[in-house]
Amino acid sequence: MGMPIAIEVRGGDVDVEPAFAWLRWVDRTFSTYDDSSEISRLGRGEIALADCSPEVDEVLTRCAALREETGGYFSVRAGGSLDPCGLVKGWAVGRAAALLEQAGAECFAVDAAGDVVVRGRPGDDGPWRVGVRHPQQRAKVAAVLGCEDVAVATSGAYERGEHVLDPHTGRPPSGLLSVTILGPDIATADAYATAAFAMGADARFWVAGLQGYEAMLITSGREVLSTPGLDRYRIS
Amino acid sequence: MRARLAPPVLVPLAVLAGCGGHARPKPSTTPAEIGGAKVPPAPARKAASGTFTGADVPTRFGDVQVQVVMRAGRITDVGAVRLPFDRPRSQFISQQAAPILRSEVLAAQSARIDLLTGATFTSDAWATSVQSALNRAR
Repeated sequence: MGMPIAIEVRGGDVDVEPAFAWLRWVDRTFSTYDDSSEISRLGRGEIALADCSPEVDEVLTRCAALREETGGYFSVRAGGSLDPCGLVKGWAVGRAAALLEQAGAECFAVDAAGDVVVRGRPGDDGPWRVGVRHPQQRAKVAAVLGCEDVAVATSGAYERGEHVLDPHTGRPPSGLLSVTILGPDIATADAYATAAFAMGADARFWVAGLQGYEAMLITSGREVLSTPGLDRYRIS
Repeated sequence: MRARLAPPVLVPLAVLAGCGGHARPKPSTTPAEIGGAKVPPAPARKAASGTFTGADVPTRFGDVQVQVVMRAGRITDVGAVRLPFDRPRSQFISQQAAPILRSEVLAAQSARIDLLTGATFTSDAWATSVQSALNRAR
């Protein structure tokens, strides 16, 4: 997957190796950068789905369901070739979290390149504080969410360097800078964030219909749009 | 768990982040052809001016390609030529839904946090394409 995944366990001596071993296995099986991975060979038609690990079928079945749910905005063939990476990361991280729980971890966070899963409360002073990255100022956050037993995923295309303004209006262009989705399952949250971001400004209609998941959209007009249920997570 | 499905309607594609209003920059002295990857000849002088189109950078969600407008060696505008999902497909948006989203002005905070959620993937492709556009401007 080519991305850093960090696991932080608070309290207790917990073996994190099974979780990392699982993530390495997923990488070997689903890497589209490795020509010999099952997903690469399946994509080229060298092997059939029946020849693959059952997890490959599981992932592709789930991708197909998400494609339906998002009106085609979530697709495993967006780039032309078979590439379920959009789901694999969240799916793998969700299962890694389950492995950590099996190993006895009660309070931990898994951070996969900005998509996070948290369990428990890290201290007496409250839940995990998850910052929503400010899309235009790298060192700042746009909001802080107090999270406990929940997953948060963000999709966006951030512009780096100086502020980019529409030369015709002198204002940022219309559209979305980022979409953050919060809910019980990291794979679903990640896929929803990806799809909603691809919808652009119209994502506001779609996220309002989500059930069990909350959304925060940051528009390039510097407006933050949140589903009402997000309020109970907002710290600042 | 599921979003309500509605009949398919077409959605304007030029509203993705950062590209609204940028697809057709004002004509400059050396315009590039939008989306055609046609790049003007590199100016001989150091301080480049003009419009430069970056390389098409593939991501897991689709391609990212940007265009950079420079004046006297400084970037004055950056816009998207292509972003993931920037292709025709049947789409749906519930037009009937009257979402009650809360709205506030984007604030920049320096609050203490344990974790950060934010995109990392498309932004890297964006940066790569910007860099290649700048290389062409040299």
